[in-house]
Amino acid sequence: MTKFSDLTRLPDERGHFGPYGGRFVSETLSFALEDLEKTYLSLREDPDFQAEFDYDLAHYVGRPSPLYHAKRWSAQLGGAQIWLKREDLNHTGAHKVNNTIGQALLAKKSGKPRVIAETGAGQHGVATATVAARLGLECEVYMGAEDVERQKLNVYRMHLLGAKVIPVESGSRTLKDAMNEALRDWVTNVDDTFYVIGTVAGPHPYPMMVRDFSAVVGREAREQSLKQIGRLPDALVACVGGGSNAMGLFYPFVEDEEVKMYGVEAGGEGIETGRHAAPLTANAPQGVLHGNRTYLMSDEGGQIIDTHSISAGLDYPGVGPEHALWKDVGRVEYVAANDDKVLEAFRELTRLEGIMPALESAHALAHAKVLAPTMRTDQHIIVNLSGRGDKDILTVAKIDGVEF
Amino acid sequence: MNRIDQRFAALKEQGRTALIPYITAGDPSPEHTVGFMHTLVEAGADVIELGVPFSDPMADGPVIQKACERALKHGTRLSHLFEMVREFRETDHETPVVLMGYLNPIERLGYRAFAEQAATAGVDGVLIVDMPPEEAEELGPLLKEHGLASIFLVAPTTSESRAATICAHGEGYLYYVSLKGVTGAATLDVESVDRQLAPLRRLTELPLCVGFGIRDGASAAAVGRIADGVVVGSALVNRIAEGVDDTLSIAPALKEVLGEMRRALDA
Repeated sequence: MTKFSDLTRLPDERGHFGPYGGRFVSETLSFALEDLEKTYLSLREDPDFQAEFDYDLAHYVGRPSPLYHAKRWSAQLGGAQIWLKREDLNHTGAHKVNNTIGQALLAKKSGKPRVIAETGAGQHGVATATVAARLGLECEVYMGAEDVERQKLNVYRMHLLGAKVIPVESGSRTLKDAMNEALRDWVTNVDDTFYVIGTVAGPHPYPMMVRDFSAVVGREAREQSLKQIGRLPDALVACVGGGSNAMGLFYPFVEDEEVKMYGVEAGGEGIETGRHAAPLTANAPQGVLHGNRTYLMSDEGGQIIDTHSISAGLDYPGVGPEHALWKDVGRVEYVAANDDKVLEAFRELTRLEGIMPALESAHALAHAKVLAPTMRTDQHIIVNLSGRGDKDILTVAKIDGVEF
Repeated sequence: MNRIDQRFAALKEQGRTALIPYITAGDPSPEHTVGFMHTLVEAGADVIELGVPFSDPMADGPVIQKACERALKHGTRLSHLFEMVREFRETDHETPVVLMGYLNPIERLGYRAFAEQAATAGVDGVLIVDMPPEEAEELGPLLKEHGLASIFLVAPTTSESRAATICAHGEGYLYYVSLKGVTGAATLDVESVDRQLAPLRRLTELPLCVGFGIRDGASAAAVGRIADGVVVGSALVNRIAEGVDDTLSIAPALKEVLGEMRRALDA
């Protein structure tokens, strides 16, 4: 059994989290990744860089984000008290901006005039386009053609911010294909381009770096919990696609063994139907994609399987390598929430608390709904409300049969 | 001695440059592949790189992406490739065959099973695009144990210290990627490739083969003057794509493209 305190000392120097992670890339990118790792490791301990990062988080993003006690919803569920970590209130409306602020500072320090990104729901694309606008960097965002269709509002936001959105028509036309295309761009333009990866996946050092930039969420939540609840929470709940918001919330609590953690994957139409995006919950085999080894949805021949989720941001066949390890050692319990339960939670929070969550975040809410009634009223759950639902209005309207 | 080493030793003796065609197995459908391999040999191939189709070929341009899609539509997988190589070996005992592709199909099959089945089928080398030597610690020794050469890529961005590591691990030949980009991209700059090959020559005795951006006899001949071998992929796969509706036209087209390169290299 791994001691949980050992988990904070990962990855090893080659980017491995136990059997997961690593740097599985074509040779052309090796140099860029070694370079990025060196730059990041030197700046990580640099007080000036940290100060600049913290300043931007406070004055540009609007941190700290509140920890809000959802009293009415908790009362209705009739169990544990539910607290929402309000990442939806960040500038650009999701947790993604914490990471893009950090990576944009790195891009600036490395003197690269151009940034590229992949995006699913468009939140990471918007967050990248935003920081690129602010720093005067050229920005191109790859987005699956299917996602371009279902996230039109975010596509236009990126356009307004001066970024170029490139619809990706290959493969399943979703997030994984956007990442393939971004990697192809990077391998071609590696000299002048910084690749801003939006989740805790990809080749080393990205999983570590994105985790570190995202962990501000958990550090704040831990402090706020001690102050507002008077102790640590009993459970944490967050949705997991690639896993950046869950990683951000969970990481600072990893050694607090009394705090249970639940990562909620996209159950789509149900694990048993095969139409989902839940590699951990479904016990998908190990595999290698996009530079790292992890749980990966592939068929017997090793071809990547098309995933399904109501939320574009979770529609990904793999998951960050550190989550894969946390599953194996039992630090986090991974579960799935199906599309119908997610919509139910979306509507419930909107009506009862006046907070419209992103469909991604509504996966975490759907599990909190299951969890809370099994706990006592003097117990506490923190749910990462990783993004706001404005971008999903068209998707929900379509389900309701409403056209604009 | 591995077929690859034998072939390069013979070429060196004859003062000739190796011609290494790439096709994706199962493109446009599996029953064509073995015939195409024989055609390539007739047209002057010294080594054949047989692509393992993958759903997410991140290092490839649109030409080879589409080839993978065509092959996967017919369900082509590693077990079929082994079958193809076995059939090819029934009549061709000499031309080395290198499997080229991405790691995940091999992960899924299992490293040991892959090494055993590839060797039994008559494969001679393996080039995995997304597995640099640092990540090959487990698979590398298994390939060696089964007499399969681990072939690695070197890129224009590879530092000298990395190049030393790659040369130390590489077998068969080194595949020098002539430009930053994906397969099928722009044309290459022979002079700059020449400058970059020089330090590699000091690091290794392995034959240096250059790929990416070779599309006709002229570019093959230009690269042939500075390298031990030239690799041609997208130019051939393009001809397969053009012949999808008239598959009988493909073999003659492959013969024409590769034959022109062979003549240019030998001139």
